[in-house]
Amino acid sequence: MQPIPEEAGVTAGPARSPVARLAPAFARGNLADRVYGLTLLAMGLTIPVLLAFLLFRVGVSALPALREFGWGFVTGTDWNPVESQFGALPFIFGTLASSLLAVVIAVPLAVGLAIFLTELAPRWLAAPIAFGTELLAAIPSVVYGLWGIFVMVPWLRRTIQEPLANTLGDTIPLFRGPAYGVSILAAGVILAIMIVPFISAVSREVLAAVPRVQREGALALGATRWEMTWQVVLPYATPGIIGAVILGLGRALGETMAVTMVIGNRPDITASLFAPGYTMASVLANEFAEASTDLYLAALMEIALILFGITIVVNTFARLMVWRVARRGGR
Amino acid sequence: MAGGAQGGAVSAPAAIQWRDRRRRLTNVVMLTLTGVAALLTVVPLVLILVHLFTAGLSSVNLDFFTRLPAPVGEPGGGMGNAILGTVFLVGLAGLLGLPVAIGAGLYLAESEGSRLANGIRFLTDVMNGIPSIVVGIFVWAWVVVSMGHFSAFAGGVALAIMLLPMVTRTTEEMVRLVPRELREGGLALGFTRWRTTLGIVLPAARSGILTGVLVSLARIAGETAPLLFTAFVNPYWGWSLDQPIAALPVQIFQYATSPFEEWHRLAWAASLVLIGLVLAVSLAARFLIRSPYKDR
Repeated sequence: MQPIPEEAGVTAGPARSPVARLAPAFARGNLADRVYGLTLLAMGLTIPVLLAFLLFRVGVSALPALREFGWGFVTGTDWNPVESQFGALPFIFGTLASSLLAVVIAVPLAVGLAIFLTELAPRWLAAPIAFGTELLAAIPSVVYGLWGIFVMVPWLRRTIQEPLANTLGDTIPLFRGPAYGVSILAAGVILAIMIVPFISAVSREVLAAVPRVQREGALALGATRWEMTWQVVLPYATPGIIGAVILGLGRALGETMAVTMVIGNRPDITASLFAPGYTMASVLANEFAEASTDLYLAALMEIALILFGITIVVNTFARLMVWRVARRGGR
Repeated sequence: MAGGAQGGAVSAPAAIQWRDRRRRLTNVVMLTLTGVAALLTVVPLVLILVHLFTAGLSSVNLDFFTRLPAPVGEPGGGMGNAILGTVFLVGLAGLLGLPVAIGAGLYLAESEGSRLANGIRFLTDVMNGIPSIVVGIFVWAWVVVSMGHFSAFAGGVALAIMLLPMVTRTTEEMVRLVPRELREGGLALGFTRWRTTLGIVLPAARSGILTGVLVSLARIAGETAPLLFTAFVNPYWGWSLDQPIAALPVQIFQYATSPFEEWHRLAWAASLVLIGLVLAVSLAARFLIRSPYKDR
């Protein structure tokens, strides 16, 4: 890393101290200002410190499992706490399958909604719809789960799973029965409902950042509204929308309560959307309190570590995408 | 696309006419589809709210707010302890998290261009994305293990960790919206930096910061996963930092996944109360507090 060049004119004070190099703005002025600056700096530093400590604490707790199973932990399919067999693949599969399904369902809806709100809807319509999606985002996860168990899952079983399993189930493995109701499909649908408001909110910001001139140019050339949106606005906003989608994926990956309540909690890997599954977050929620042996606990800790790692990678990638557009854009 | 038709038997104006009609049709169809998407996203909201009221409203009465949960099989009982517990935990999280979060937000807003600040800002966003269950497990490994038992304090710490990145970022954004001239005016009058910030900038950004704080508090009030292994559950009134404490979201989870009809009814009622609480706070934040600089 290159040293930050000292600002011209700042000669007084401990210009060479580490504080001056890291936070030049706070190393100047009288004693009170310096104390104030250092206090703020310390508060700012709690965030990286907490993150590092989290990684360390969970990592250390996971060590026994890391040593015992090595890579076999993420490729093993057998999860049997009674015999101290711990393979996490079914959970990794369940997390990825339900989250990806959620993204597939949510993206057309969220992007459609964002386009509708930024490009089309008159104010009197846009405001209440935007407000409604914000309310959706404010509903606690456990309430989604409650609604999922008692309303959505029975409905899905009756109107989607049973007819599909009875007709196409034998030919297409995705729809193979029996239709339990609780399933990867149910988890995907509830996750989709939960991430649509989020993806559309970020997408709207990105769409709003597309310069007006671009739109006016397209319209002036005789484009219809849809052509303007599809051929000019969307290509401009694509990286940002991809970022928004990946942020939504990050949410879905870590979502715990709603998924735990509707996915069925069975550590199987199957091709059928109608079969129960199990996610990393759900197994933590369900089994952490029961972990009776040290190895069991360490295995769960390692799952937490993997989940943490996946969400960090996904979120980092998404933030970079969103930033790229936001920096480029103007009104 | 339509260019191929021009060389054929169809005359050019007709081909263009056909193409234009198709373009207009595509326009109408696709724009209608975006409207349908908008409609579809609002449908679950309506369904959820309607069901909450029909299934939960009849069980929300005075007993629900004042009584302890009844044992299995006995009718009646309430969730007074869980409602109080949620308020207690959110208050504790605010006490622990807000000063640090607002300080960190000020730090980020005041160190423009600093590489360290950029790094911290990025990590704040990363922290915002940590699954809540992982936060719960971290606090278990840290606080619960060292205390030796579940406690309200551990629950408060877990919620404070959820709160920290949210409030840090909203505070930063709100402080940034304060016009530069105000700050410069303060400095020009000979105020020191800290007095300028605390006496001029912070009051100017106060309403915006308060909105962010209230919205964030409302959000953590609905969190379940961080509390499962920290605050745990408690069927009685909890007043002590040192003891497990009940919270509405955890109680809803427990009751919803139980096999008892009576408990399901109470879970709906509790959800209605929780949503009422969450929405009331976030709506109050939205409509009662207006930032003078928010609209630029």
